[in-house]
Amino acid sequence: MPIEVGDDAPATSGFADLTVGVLALQGAFALHQQRLQALGVEAPLVRTPNDLENLDAIVLPGGESTTMSNLLATSGLFDVLGQRLADGLPVFGTCAGMILCAAEVRDGRSDQRGFDLMDISVTRNGYGRQLESFEADVEVTGLAKPFHALFIRAPFVTRVGDGVEILAELDGSAVLLRQQGCTVAAFHPELTNDTRLHRIFIDSFSAR
Amino acid sequence: MSSTGTFPVKRGLAEMMKGGVIMDVVTAEQAKIAEDAGAVAVMALERVPADIRRDGGVARMSDPEMIEGIKAAVTIPVMAKVRIGHFVEAQILQALQVDFIDESEVLTPADEAHHIDKFAFDVPFVCGATNLGEALRRISEGAAMIRSKGEAGTGNVVEAVRHMRSITGDIKRITQADSAELFEWAKNLQAPLPLVQEIAETGKLQVPLFCAGGLATPADAALAMQLGAESVFVGSGIFKSEDPAPRAKAIVEATTHFEDANILAKVSRGLGTPMTGIGMDEINQRYADRGW
Repeated sequence: MPIEVGDDAPATSGFADLTVGVLALQGAFALHQQRLQALGVEAPLVRTPNDLENLDAIVLPGGESTTMSNLLATSGLFDVLGQRLADGLPVFGTCAGMILCAAEVRDGRSDQRGFDLMDISVTRNGYGRQLESFEADVEVTGLAKPFHALFIRAPFVTRVGDGVEILAELDGSAVLLRQQGCTVAAFHPELTNDTRLHRIFIDSFSAR
Repeated sequence: MSSTGTFPVKRGLAEMMKGGVIMDVVTAEQAKIAEDAGAVAVMALERVPADIRRDGGVARMSDPEMIEGIKAAVTIPVMAKVRIGHFVEAQILQALQVDFIDESEVLTPADEAHHIDKFAFDVPFVCGATNLGEALRRISEGAAMIRSKGEAGTGNVVEAVRHMRSITGDIKRITQADSAELFEWAKNLQAPLPLVQEIAETGKLQVPLFCAGGLATPADAALAMQLGAESVFVGSGIFKSEDPAPRAKAIVEATTHFEDANILAKVSRGLGTPMTGIGMDEINQRYADRGW
């Protein structure tokens, strides 16, 4: 179903029976939680394997991917969450979360582990250091108006596999993609009040 | 059209560091240990605050060569310090493409009346504060992140606790104030009225609030987080301890799981001796008094 929502669309309560966890080991998890709650979704923070119970989906936020990778291991979440994701738990990964979902990561650390959910290659900090971080309007498939996107030391998509759908591009590079239950963004939809991309994600797995 | 160096882009990087630990490092080797332990960023400097305190004299921006060495050694963001008011040191750090600049009271101030105009830079700044008025003045100058000053180089968390409680306590009181009282708050805090009004509305600072200055143990980090910090800086506390690598890792875990006493108990075990630390009555120079 196409989504035609403007910035001024009222918050909906149509998702009240959904629970979307937010991985809260490090990074911008609190802002993702706020965006989900604005849509009427239950959004518990996930820090240990017990927190994974009863989730309909999960958000992997932006932050430092090396830090999250470490904490996924020490918290015992890596294997349990990895299994849930492999079993089809819908996931929205933004920035560092995109890196965790990618099949191949370049310029990462050799010990950095991910969930291998999407057939793409990404280069960590591929857009450069903080001085190259930027904001820009991005045209998104299914959205009437552009989405204002913040790219912070963002990962750069260098290869997109056959089964991957590109939902948005910027200067010829994919920045928003989907493969089955996995949606990823190189930028940070949680840093603006605009909840349209969270809605696209929720619509991708929930039949309203 | 894309734009770089905007305030949302600067604050965005601060948002990404939430729930993390920023560690002081003086060599590329220490930077690697910090990254391995899960630091969200490293602060590159020539001497940790404990050594600056011991050596005395004038403390300045670090040598660009050592900052570049640390930048080359890690993939996480690299921060570096400039003296309060020393905008040319900041111009140099921006030219070196550091990811964040700390206008820091730990270095010897260069200007006794003025902080740097941080809006004039594309690189984001963090500044220290002992109370809400100071925090809001720094935000009005363009800071994208505020940290408590604490008392750097002491391994003593008492001043950081004082500053965190002062900042979050006044934020709570402002949310209870009526609109007429906000003028009085702005006057007493010596802070811009719109920033005070925004706090009354949101109950939060406009930028992330981190805790720094004297943290030395996993419990210290969790204490800062429970007091309302959104991340922690650990300076001398890691590399002045007996066994830095496991302590760094434990502080990272404690910052994430700051509300889970069982995990805190587990990660606090067997870390060796922390930095010795000093009491507030034993020091003759309070860095927290620097800044205006």
